[in-house]
Amino acid sequence: MRKPVSVLIGFLLLAAAALAGPGPAAAQKEVVIGLQCDRTGATQTVGVKLCPGYHDYVKLVNSKGGVEGYKIKAIEIDHEYKVPQAMEAYERHKKEGAVLIGIYGTPQTQALTQKLTEDRIPGTSPGFGTAAAADGTKYPYIFPIAATYWSQGAAAVKFAGDQMGGLKGKKIAYLFFDNPAGREPLPILEDLAAKEGFQLKVFAVPPPGIEMGAQALDIAQRYRADFVITHLFGRSPSVSIKELKRVGYPLRKVVAFVWGASEADIEAAGGMAQAEGYNAMQFAGVGPDYPVLNEIREMYKKEGKEPPKEMASTVFYNRGVLIAAIHLEAVRNALKAKPGGNITGADVKAGFEKIKGFTLGGLVPPLEISASDHEGGGWVQIFTVKNGKFVKLTEWYKAYPDVLAKHIKEASAKK
Amino acid sequence: MALYPLPVARWAVGAIAVFFFLVLPLAVHEYYLSIVNLVSIAVVGALGLNILVGYTGQISIGHGAFMSVGAYTAANFAVRLGAPFWIALPAGGLMAALVGGIVGIPSLRIKGLYLAIATLAGQLIIEWTINHVTWISGGVQASIEVPRPDLFGYTIATQRQMYFFLLVFVVLAIVGTMNLLRSRIGRAFIAIRDQDIAAEIIGINIFRYKLQAFAISSFYAGVTGVLYTYYLGIANYEQFQITVSIDYLAMIIIGGLGSVLGSIFGAIFVTLLPIVIRLGMEAFGGLFFSPGAVLNIIPNLRLILFGALIIFFLVVEPEGLNRLWRNVRSYFRVWPFAY
Repeated sequence: MRKPVSVLIGFLLLAAAALAGPGPAAAQKEVVIGLQCDRTGATQTVGVKLCPGYHDYVKLVNSKGGVEGYKIKAIEIDHEYKVPQAMEAYERHKKEGAVLIGIYGTPQTQALTQKLTEDRIPGTSPGFGTAAAADGTKYPYIFPIAATYWSQGAAAVKFAGDQMGGLKGKKIAYLFFDNPAGREPLPILEDLAAKEGFQLKVFAVPPPGIEMGAQALDIAQRYRADFVITHLFGRSPSVSIKELKRVGYPLRKVVAFVWGASEADIEAAGGMAQAEGYNAMQFAGVGPDYPVLNEIREMYKKEGKEPPKEMASTVFYNRGVLIAAIHLEAVRNALKAKPGGNITGADVKAGFEKIKGFTLGGLVPPLEISASDHEGGGWVQIFTVKNGKFVKLTEWYKAYPDVLAKHIKEASAKK
Repeated sequence: MALYPLPVARWAVGAIAVFFFLVLPLAVHEYYLSIVNLVSIAVVGALGLNILVGYTGQISIGHGAFMSVGAYTAANFAVRLGAPFWIALPAGGLMAALVGGIVGIPSLRIKGLYLAIATLAGQLIIEWTINHVTWISGGVQASIEVPRPDLFGYTIATQRQMYFFLLVFVVLAIVGTMNLLRSRIGRAFIAIRDQDIAAEIIGINIFRYKLQAFAISSFYAGVTGVLYTYYLGIANYEQFQITVSIDYLAMIIIGGLGSVLGSIFGAIFVTLLPIVIRLGMEAFGGLFFSPGAVLNIIPNLRLILFGALIIFFLVVEPEGLNRLWRNVRSYFRVWPFAY
C-alpha cells in the first residue's frame, strides 16, 4: 500500500521537475528552426543519418558567424513517424518561436499542411508529401524543395528511355510499396505510357514489404520487363535487390526512387558487390567529395575530433546537409530583405521563393523556387553501383515538365 | 440512483468542470493546450474501446480501422456535400457503428484470442479498402482535406478554439458512458462479460447485446476519427493503422479495464508519457551526454523508458492506474492513520 503511493508521488515530482526544466529560449540574435526527425520509428534508418547531417551543416554555418550575423538554433524533435507526436512537436516548435519547420514524413506533412498555412510558417517536405504541393499558389506554406514522386516518376521513365534507346513498344514494370505514397506516381506513369507508347504493368508489394518473390519472378520471367522502376521504403528496397538478383534479372535495368537508393539499402541486400549495376535516383549529391563536406570534416578536425561516422552514409547525410542548406538560404534571403531581424514565417516563405542558383558545389541541384513553383524544378541525378560505390551516371536533369504541369494544375483545380 | 450520491463528489465534479472550462484554457500557453487536445481525442477513443473490452469482455484489435471509417465518412460528407460538422460527425460515428457491428458478428461464435484475430482481419480489410477504393479515399493519396469546423459563422481553428470544441465531445462521451453503464444495456454488457452462459439463462439476449457493444464502441471510435480529422484538417488512413489499435488497447489496460476513470487515466498516460520523458531528457540529458549524442539517445531512451514504465505500473498494480488512484485516495482519506 505505502509503496505505490510513494512511487506515484516520486513520479509526479519527476514529471513536474521535467516540465519546469526548459525555460523560454533567449532570443538574442538568433533564428529558431524546428526540425522533425524519425530516429526510432518506421523509417529510422533515414533519420539517424539525415538529422546529424542537418545539425552538422548548421554547426558549420554557426562556427563561421551564422547567417547574416544571426546564430541558427535548430531544435530537433523525434516523432517516431506518428502523426499526433508530429502535431505536438509542431506546437512545441511554434512555442519556441520557430520561423520554419523541417517536416519529416508524408502523413505528417499532410496533417500539418492546414496548420502551417493558418499560422503562416513555412514547412519543407523534401522527397515526400503530396506532389500537388509543388503548386505554391494552392499550398503557400508547403515547400517540397526536392523532386516530388511525380517528378521522380517522370525522371525514371526518361532514364529508362535513355538506357533502352527509346520507349516505344517497350515493357516497363513498376514495383511499388502498396501505400498512398507508393501509388502516387501512378497517374504520371500511366499518362507517359500512353504518350510514349510503352507498356506499363504495376506490381504492388503489400506492407510490410519484405515479401516480393512472386512479383520478382513475374517481372523477370512471365512479363519479361525491359526495365523496372521501383518505389519502395524501409526494408523493402533491399529485398527487391535480392529478389530481382535471385531470379536473374539484371540490376542495370532497374532504377529506384529516392527512398530505395541509400548505402543502407545496398548493405542490407548483401553489400555493394551484390548490387553491381543498380541505379538509384537522388535529390542530393552522393559521395564524400563536395567542398561543404570537406569543410565539415575540417571543422571537426579543428575541434580535435573525428568526423562523425554518419558521414560515411553519404546518401542520407548529404540529404540532411541539403535540407539544412536550403533552409538557411531561405533564412538568409529573409534576413537580407529585413536587416533589422525579427523575421517571421512569412518572411522566410518569401526567402524560399527567392532561392536560385544556389548549388553548394554541386550537392544541391540548380533549384529555382518561385511563388508558384515550390518544388524548384524537380531535379534528380542517377547514381549507379559500380566497383563498390555509387558512381554518378547523369547530371542534374528533369523530365516531362509539360505532363507534370498538367497534373499539378488538375490537382489544384480539384478543390 | 444519482451519478454522484455524495455532495462532496458533486462539488468535486463542479470544481473540475470550472477548472477545465475556465481556468485551464485561459491560464496556459497554446502549446500545452495542444497536448490536452491530443489527450481529449484519445479519451473519447479509449472510452469507446473500454465499453467493448473492459465492460463487455470482447477483444477488438480493429479500433483504429473504425476510426478511419468515421474519419473518411465525415470527410466525404464535409467535402462532397458540404455538410457542417454537426452532421458529418454523427454520420461518421453511425457509419463506424454499422461497420463495427458487422465486424463484431464473429463474436457471436468465438471468444478471446480467436475473436482478436477476427477483428484484426477487420482492421486489415478496412485498411485495404480505404487504400484502394478511390471513391472512398478521394484519390491515390488516400487523403481528403477537410475545412475547419464552423459554428454559426465562427471558424474553429486555433488550438484554444479547438480545445473547447473537443472538450464538449469529451464531456458528452464521459457522461454518455457513465449513464450507459447504469442502464439496462450497460448491466447486460457486464453480465455478458462476467459469465455469458449465466447471462443468457437470466434472459439477456446475447446476440443483440454483443453486437450493440461492438456498435456503440465503434461509434465512439468513429467519432474519435472524425475529431482527429477536424483537428488535423485532413483524413488520412495512415494515422489509423494497426499500431493505433494497439496503442488504444495499451491505454485501457494501463488505465484499468472496465472503468471510465481508468480510460481517462490511460489516455493521459499513453499520450503524455513520451512528451514528459522527452522534456525530462532535454532538461537533464545534457548532464550525462554530449549534445550530439543526446539527440540520438533521447528518442531511443524514450522508447525504453516508456516500455519500462508500462511494465512497472502493471507490476505495481495489475488492475491499472484507476485502482492505483483508488488506493491513493483511500490512503489519504484516513491519513495519518494506517486504517
